[in-house]
Amino acid sequence: MAEDMVTTLYAPDAGEEPLLSLPDVSMLKTAPVTRLSFRGREEARKAAGKGFGFALPTKALNAKTKDDKAALWLGPDEWLLLAQDDALETTLSSLEKALSETPHALVDVSHRQDAILVTGSKATWLLNVGIAIDLHIDAFAVGTVTRTLFNKAPIMLWRVSEDSFVVEAWGSFMDYVSGIMIEAAEELKAA
Amino acid sequence: MSQPFRLEKGGRIDRNASVTFSFDGEELEGYQGDTLASALLANGQHLVGRSFKYHRPRGIVTAGSEEPNALVSIHRKGDQTPNIRATQVELYEGLEATSQNRFPSLGFDVGAINDILSPLFPAGFYYKTFMWPKSFWDRVYEPIIRSAAGLGYAPKNPDHDRYANTYAHCDVLVIGSGPAGLAAALSAAESGARVILCDEQAEFGGSLLSETTSTIDGLAPAEWIVKTVTTLAGMDNVTLLPRTTAFGYFAQNFVSLAERVTEHLAQPDAKLPRERLWQVRAKEVVIAAGSIERPMVFPENDRPGIMHAEAGRTYLNRYGVKVGDKVLVATACDSAWQAAFDLADAGTEIAAIADLRPNPPESLVSIAKARGIRVETACSVTGTSGRKRVSKALLGRISESGSVSAAGEVACDAILMSAGWTPTVSTYSQSRGKVVWNEEAQAFLPGVHVQNERSAGTCQGVFGLDAVLKDGYAAGEDAAKAATGKTGKVTYSIGSGDEMISGTFMGEIPHDRDASRVKAFVDYQNDVTAKDVKLAVREGMHSIEHIKRYTTTGMATDQGRLSNINALAIASKALDKPLTAVGLTTFRQPYTPTTFGTFAGQSRGQFFDPVRKTPSHDWAVDRGAEFEDVGQWKRAWFFPQDNEDMHAAVARECKIAREKVGLFDASTLGKIEVVGPDAAEFLERMYTNPWKKLGVGRCRYGLMLNDAGFIIDDGVVGRIAEDRFHVTTTTGGAAHVFATMEDYLQTEWPELDVWITSTTEQYAVAAIQGPLAREVIAPFIEGIDLSAEAFSHMSVATGTFCGVPCRLFRISFTGELGFEVNVPRRHGEMVWKTLAAEVEKRGGVFYGTETMHVLRAEKGYIIVGQETDGTVTPDDCGMNWAIGKKKHDFVGKRGLARPDLVAENRKQLVGLLTTDPKVVLEEGAQVTTSANPAKGTPADGHVTSSYHSATLGRSIALAMVKNGRALEGETLYVPMPEGSIPVKITGTVFFDKEGERLNG
Amino acid sequence: MLLIHCPYCETERPELEFVCRGEAHIARPQDPSSQTDEQWAEYLYLRENHKGIYAERWRHIHGCGRFFNAVRDTVSDKFLSIYKTGEPKPDLDALAARFAKSSAEAKK
Repeated sequence: MAEDMVTTLYAPDAGEEPLLSLPDVSMLKTAPVTRLSFRGREEARKAAGKGFGFALPTKALNAKTKDDKAALWLGPDEWLLLAQDDALETTLSSLEKALSETPHALVDVSHRQDAILVTGSKATWLLNVGIAIDLHIDAFAVGTVTRTLFNKAPIMLWRVSEDSFVVEAWGSFMDYVSGIMIEAAEELKAA
Repeated sequence: MSQPFRLEKGGRIDRNASVTFSFDGEELEGYQGDTLASALLANGQHLVGRSFKYHRPRGIVTAGSEEPNALVSIHRKGDQTPNIRATQVELYEGLEATSQNRFPSLGFDVGAINDILSPLFPAGFYYKTFMWPKSFWDRVYEPIIRSAAGLGYAPKNPDHDRYANTYAHCDVLVIGSGPAGLAAALSAAESGARVILCDEQAEFGGSLLSETTSTIDGLAPAEWIVKTVTTLAGMDNVTLLPRTTAFGYFAQNFVSLAERVTEHLAQPDAKLPRERLWQVRAKEVVIAAGSIERPMVFPENDRPGIMHAEAGRTYLNRYGVKVGDKVLVATACDSAWQAAFDLADAGTEIAAIADLRPNPPESLVSIAKARGIRVETACSVTGTSGRKRVSKALLGRISESGSVSAAGEVACDAILMSAGWTPTVSTYSQSRGKVVWNEEAQAFLPGVHVQNERSAGTCQGVFGLDAVLKDGYAAGEDAAKAATGKTGKVTYSIGSGDEMISGTFMGEIPHDRDASRVKAFVDYQNDVTAKDVKLAVREGMHSIEHIKRYTTTGMATDQGRLSNINALAIASKALDKPLTAVGLTTFRQPYTPTTFGTFAGQSRGQFFDPVRKTPSHDWAVDRGAEFEDVGQWKRAWFFPQDNEDMHAAVARECKIAREKVGLFDASTLGKIEVVGPDAAEFLERMYTNPWKKLGVGRCRYGLMLNDAGFIIDDGVVGRIAEDRFHVTTTTGGAAHVFATMEDYLQTEWPELDVWITSTTEQYAVAAIQGPLAREVIAPFIEGIDLSAEAFSHMSVATGTFCGVPCRLFRISFTGELGFEVNVPRRHGEMVWKTLAAEVEKRGGVFYGTETMHVLRAEKGYIIVGQETDGTVTPDDCGMNWAIGKKKHDFVGKRGLARPDLVAENRKQLVGLLTTDPKVVLEEGAQVTTSANPAKGTPADGHVTSSYHSATLGRSIALAMVKNGRALEGETLYVPMPEGSIPVKITGTVFFDKEGERLNG
Repeated sequence: MLLIHCPYCETERPELEFVCRGEAHIARPQDPSSQTDEQWAEYLYLRENHKGIYAERWRHIHGCGRFFNAVRDTVSDKFLSIYKTGEPKPDLDALAARFAKSSAEAKK
């Protein structure tokens, strides 16, 4: 799954230099994607699955992916739905059609947050500079997604492979989040 | 000869790596592997500091982090770090250290007069003396006391080092790496648990590092350490952290560690952090903190050269340093005898072993005799002499009745003392466990366990190498099993060594001197004597907590690890109560002093707090904008041109915005998308205004109260669809409003079919305000009819701007024709630049938050948090028009009917015009009815907003004034230091009272 | 820093991710207009805030965003019970008794 997600949904932004590029860890800005905040009750979740193409996860902190789409559990009535950047209109309309009879809220938040990919054997080390949760593979399995804090900034963290993570933050928080990681990674360059 | 007290051989130092360092400017030599303390001792330097209060010469007492005296300043790269324990400083080439609390020099210190005047400085001296006059405290007493008594100087420059933070998790955290800690780490790791092992020292091994007489599995202790540490280092599930102090134990096994990453390096790579804070969450903790020796409280026990017996042994065995040429060993415990034997074997003359006990073990006596060492039993040290180094000790003979008679004197240049061992229960105590007195061990030991921890080894009163190892293995296995449910193959080692721990003494050593004159120190660092403790008891301090605060005993950086038990014993004797009835003070975090840098980590400078920027930020920087902080946001404040000051820039921006057009970044306003069939019903409940009849494509100003009836936020709400609203909030209120809405939705009205989503950062928002606003946006908008008829004031529509999706609002916070263009954030910069070019083309301005404030004040629009302060109602602001009168309920409705909220004489929002139009009032200034109110008269109100209005050519102000609306036309006063300023009460709208400009 | 079990995320998270919102089980009166001034003042301001076993509202604000209720011993900071919004308030006395018994057993 991980490689798929990296190469399809979260493609490194072609025009951007890597934020960090070290043998053990790298940080890349990703190209824009479609992000939809979906909220509703169980009936709405079921209906949304039909409109989105696959069932939205019910298990806490879990992500489901299929083709070039992903559905991320963020709360018991809240999911983040991801699709290709150019699929905003089609995804929205197919969801709204499936949901027309069911109370729900679907909001385009594609621009609200930015994403970076943190990859490498030192990825968990670098993330734990500011993230207070246990990222050991036994405690935070591949596919786990959660909102949490990076120091003082709210983020969303999604483990897409053993050593690869998507970190999303609201646009104005991203410089703070990536800046601290770049600063912290400085010691990896020491002789 | 260099290093005259260094032995020819022995120790763990690298004799091939000689290191040059300086102490108080003098160049000295030591070896790699030395601490500053061991290197100083190798050079015969015992005198390392002056005491806190009496400025008495002081020497090195210990070999560990509990060191009370040897506090030095370390200088590096032009900076200095004060109050570092020389016993913990690893020597490196070029290390520069200076002593503290002495003037002009360590050898000659004028402050030492305090020692002669010491009868003037009894316990509680500060409390008793500096009481009167009160006004003297700040300006006279405190500065003098601070400069005379004290430790090192705080550094003055910003800290240029980097500091790191990491969160870590493990199954088992082992604190301390002596025999118990190493055994625990090994058995936990072999059980498969994720293990972190930390130790404050540079090397793992703890007491084993200075142990020469025992063996483990037939290996010398040093060899066993290498074998064990190599095994641990080869395991994936183990993290080894040397030079790392577990300084704080907090709730639910949250333990903070401070790792000193580069302190020991001569040329640290600037990329490395100096220190790292480890915030560890451990499922289980093994505390293997060991124990420390207890000093003997005899008269003049503080001269340089007097130290713990085990410290003397450590300097000998670990560093190859003899602490003196002629050493007196004063003890009440067996272990000091071993120190005497080791020293004697290394060629040092032992002046005598003076044991308090009448019958020390015969085995020890015979070993001493075999070495020709003089042994004195039932013998105490009753005094010492020597100015900068001890030169002589007085001995006393203790009779069976307890009386002491003089027993001659002994010449010596060092005294090794031991009153027994105190298990280190600090970390356990921090875990909120309660210690209990153990009669057999004669010590306070861990009692009730509150968290998932267990102690192992001597810190819980288990002594003897083999017993300690067994205790460690068992603790590690037990911890791993508790954490993971698993046990694994565990290799036990068998230790052999003599039991050397019997014998203990607590309190003041009996002597035949005048008790009212001699100083027998209990707490070295804080200069507290046995006499002080007894005085505190006489003066009514009966609880150890009171005695501690009155005398300051136990309040030094070691938190009484050295002094507590002796102080307790002295107090218990003075009170004639058993030790356990006096109580023990609580050990708190941190275990040893911890730097601010460690706590701050990366959170400093640009990363102290998130700095949030809008998409127009870089553009505004290029245009020379000044910025102001609004919460975490950087907002353009004003755009000065040609060296304008703020006043001139704002006057220009205001004028041109009203005459032509102005562009303002409103992106920071909070935005919430409220969606669902019950969206209107939800807003009906959250805001004072009615919403159900608001048409799609229309906007309304919304006012939000709390249930107490006070204004907490406001903003414009647009109806995008029947079941979809675009809500805006204040910049500062965004997070709070969102949380409040979620709270009501989740906990009060879960039945409503409505959900909220924050869209604050989904959109970038440009406000275009002024008569030319329509012309500015028209060329770029598609899909929206902008005519006044089709798109009237308070409309919202969806279209495109330069081809990107856009939500266009026709709203105004200036009183002018106004639009707000909302576009997806990543298009914000493009849209902004497009608008900016158009605005410039038409002779308009860019304006910042200051001009926004002036323009809205001219119209009497409130700003929540400026006109309101959490105690202001809609009626107070003259905003009853915003309340839906027919609504049965909304948040705050019942609150508005509370007696105090409908009472007479509430403060009301009014306008103020100064008689002199040039005078701009100060915001926050008081408003009174009398020009010269008598002192103590309550104010009738206060100024909430005040500006110079370029449009009106005069100053304007808004104020909350008691019964203000009834006073319109009357003159009140704003008393200022330069005299009262007369002001006329007016309505709140200063400009375009009819509101016609909105309809442009 | 406490470790708090979120009943929605079904995992323990550090306290950093949560906010405490005071005493639980204080419902907003159904019909505020029928409340006397005294009743309304009590609803707005009066809280037990006692030392010991206490039912509180918490929100996993930097996680799933959900409010939930928790019974905490304010002396030891131990959580005795955590339950979802809408579930009934547990019998605090029974919880306290069970807690006292289990801590007595835990003492070594």
